Amino acid sequence: MKPHRKQRLMLIGLMLIGIGLAATFALKAFNENLMYFFSTTDVVEGKAPKETLFRLGGMVVKGSVQRPGADLLVRFTLSDFSKEVSVEYSGILPDLFREGQGIVAKGRLDNRGVFVAEEVLAKHDENYMPPEVADSLKKNQEPK
Amino acid sequence: MSIIPAPISRFFHKTASPPHFYALADKLIPWLTVLFLLLLIPGLYGGLVMAPADYQQGDSYRIIYIHVPAAWMSLFIYVLMAIMGGIALVWRIKLAEVMLISSAPIGAGFTFIALVTGSLWGKPMWGTWWVWDARLTSELILLFLYLGVTSLYGAIEDKRDAARAVSILALVGVVNIPIIHYSVEWWNTLHQGPTVSKMDKPSIHISMLIPLLLMAVAFKVYYAIAVLQAAKLQLLKREASAQWVKSLLEKPQ
Repeated sequence: MKPHRKQRLMLIGLMLIGIGLAATFALKAFNENLMYFFSTTDVVEGKAPKETLFRLGGMVVKGSVQRPGADLLVRFTLSDFSKEVSVEYSGILPDLFREGQGIVAKGRLDNRGVFVAEEVLAKHDENYMPPEVADSLKKNQEPK
Repeated sequence: MSIIPAPISRFFHKTASPPHFYALADKLIPWLTVLFLLLLIPGLYGGLVMAPADYQQGDSYRIIYIHVPAAWMSLFIYVLMAIMGGIALVWRIKLAEVMLISSAPIGAGFTFIALVTGSLWGKPMWGTWWVWDARLTSELILLFLYLGVTSLYGAIEDKRDAARAVSILALVGVVNIPIIHYSVEWWNTLHQGPTVSKMDKPSIHISMLIPLLLMAVAFKVYYAIAVLQAAKLQLLKREASAQWVKSLLEKPQ
């Protein structure tokens, strides 16, 4: 390789390393802001903001969904498999909302420590399979 | 002193010469078109008709057969553009500049398709058209990078200078590619994690995976066709005063 070409190649390499480092530091600095939602553990440990809107993500605990009245009010519990938070929501739920499903809710904590949601989004998982396969997987898991 | 053996280097120089490349592209395009249709038709039929419905999303998940291949292409084309940019900067090969600039609108198209199909998929499944989570935002930035490459190239009069500026932009923007790919693992996002590229086991059933891979290869072949067409036009424009273009235009078809 001719020397001036080698020099240009090295310059490009250095430029890429520099930009890569800059991007890494910038993203590290904004790490908190880049999180789309807080986990339920964050809320229990008090890391989530008080008095302001934030998003809470977690799995809807099986058997926790209750509809106390005839209106749209729903109560359920979210979990990240270590800590749990109760959620109240009044409105129409997305199609994929069901027990055992991951969701992201936007709202605020009230003084009882209940998360009052204004919006509920379903977070679907990365698994795709035909219903028969899902059924047989479930059957295999149940005896445990 | 060279690390590349002389015959290979000669082959590259010959292929990269504009008249030679022009003729080669002409020969390749019909074959690639046949290959594209041979992949696209079974891919679409397999994905939209033969593949079973999903256990949770029903038939709605079938948009994956457009969304995911388009999203993969949006990343793939950008990486190719950055490589072309590097080659153009170091070796000053005109063909690399032409390939870079011809790829940008195609990449922008795939990014746009990925964003629109993702939005159409998000509404029924997540309950929203758009959220500012890390995956969606970084993919939107990718669209702006593609548009930036095209407009920067158009804004500079001298095309060799323009190509150099665009090469640097393409190289700078390449840091966004790992960010897009790993965004779903580094941060909490509404977008779910990777399905196919998981090393331990892909979490998609084999009957759904095969049409998806067919579509992915079909999209790659489509890109090859489109970029060769665009590169032919760029070469004619850039070399308008060259002898080979004149003799090509005078030659009766």
